[in-house]
Amino acid sequence: MSLRDFGPNELMFLLLATRWTILLALIAFAGGGLLGLLVAALRVAPARPLRWLAAGYIQFFMGTPILIQLFMAYYGSSFLGYRPDPWAAAALTFCLNGAAFFGEIFRGAIEAIPRGQWEAATALGFRFTGTLRLVILPQAVRLMLPPTVGFMVQIVKTTSVASLIGLTELARAATQVNTVTFQPVMVFGTVSLIYFALCWPLSLYAGHLERRFAFGSARKVEKPLAMSAA
Amino acid sequence: MQTALQFGPILVHLDRLLLGLVKTIQLAALSILFGTAIGLLGAVGRSFGPRWLAWPIATYVELIRNTPLLIQLYFVFFSLPLFGFKLSSNTAAIVALSIHLGAYATEILRAGIQSIPAGQIEAAKSLGLGRYRIIRHVVLVPAARAVYPSLSAQFILQIMGTSIVGAIAAEELTAIANNLVMQTFRSFEVFIIIALIYFVLVQAASLSFAGIGKLMFRWKV
Repeated sequence: MSLRDFGPNELMFLLLATRWTILLALIAFAGGGLLGLLVAALRVAPARPLRWLAAGYIQFFMGTPILIQLFMAYYGSSFLGYRPDPWAAAALTFCLNGAAFFGEIFRGAIEAIPRGQWEAATALGFRFTGTLRLVILPQAVRLMLPPTVGFMVQIVKTTSVASLIGLTELARAATQVNTVTFQPVMVFGTVSLIYFALCWPLSLYAGHLERRFAFGSARKVEKPLAMSAA
Repeated sequence: MQTALQFGPILVHLDRLLLGLVKTIQLAALSILFGTAIGLLGAVGRSFGPRWLAWPIATYVELIRNTPLLIQLYFVFFSLPLFGFKLSSNTAAIVALSIHLGAYATEILRAGIQSIPAGQIEAAKSLGLGRYRIIRHVVLVPAARAVYPSLSAQFILQIMGTSIVGAIAAEELTAIANNLVMQTFRSFEVFIIIALIYFVLVQAASLSFAGIGKLMFRWKV
């Protein structure tokens, strides 16, 4: 009863859809990473209201499902009078959501740097941003690297949720191919392998970095507990 | 363009929102129960089981952890009927969610088991404890205690993960939200309310998990 069989054309269709998954993941990584730096800086800022602001931001984005955030961005844009666009909504949501998780990862690394470094920088006349940028972050980078790579795996997997607001990437292409071929084992098996091929090297690299940096650092940064469902 | 947020048309459907919340809690609770059981079996099998069992478990863990939950959901929902298992949407969702959590729970519990010093097991052996009692009392309970924070964080993610099972037409809070959007056309307002409900649910769940942890692991180190 199927209209078509799963053949080379269908495989090609899936592989071509994969580039949208990769593109969305890259947007989320770049945007989320940059914004995350800001969130982390606010989270450790000297002014208490700024810390509260960042904490509230993180609470919201980590305490509600990303699918709900996607729907809010999608329908929110039409509420504000714009034409809802899956790509705009997904790019915005993934950047904002990623910023919360990256913010927590970066904060963990920043707080693992001994307090004395802050005090020494203050004694030398550095202000907050100068201390953070020139003294703390260069030391914290090696601590934040393993969990950052680990979170990239999360991002790649989570982009699949964007298919539910109508963005055509790998997961949505899979349901489309499944509808015409009705060979779910073949279709979703192949798609699983594509996702696996994207994620597994990153997972292995994250594990490698973690073991490598386990040496020579007195304090260990807590792994982000965000091993995400979805 | 709407000029103001209107929550009235949605709040008259409060009964359906509550039904959705109950369904979401059911999905989360059952899949957490089954997923943790799978994780326990996986972690014990990998740490104490025969050698040939190690690589199937490792493959399961790596496959699940490196593919999206949504694809696992589709796979279970569309493939199992071909093998003669006719599942309702909600059953398929519980199966997929449990398999998903099982992989993470296996990995978390295995890390806990590895954190138990060998001397502790040797001490138990020299006291004459049997294999079952060593695994249960000397290894598993302290291991579970050590990784309980990671485990409960994973449970929280599981609760939020249930939001995507509407994709296979399972009934839960997000699916009901999408129905309400079509009925009331107040799409943005619906999702503001839904976000609020999830937020409260997640906060309540983390408080409960912390409380349960305190009750279960009361003794001092």
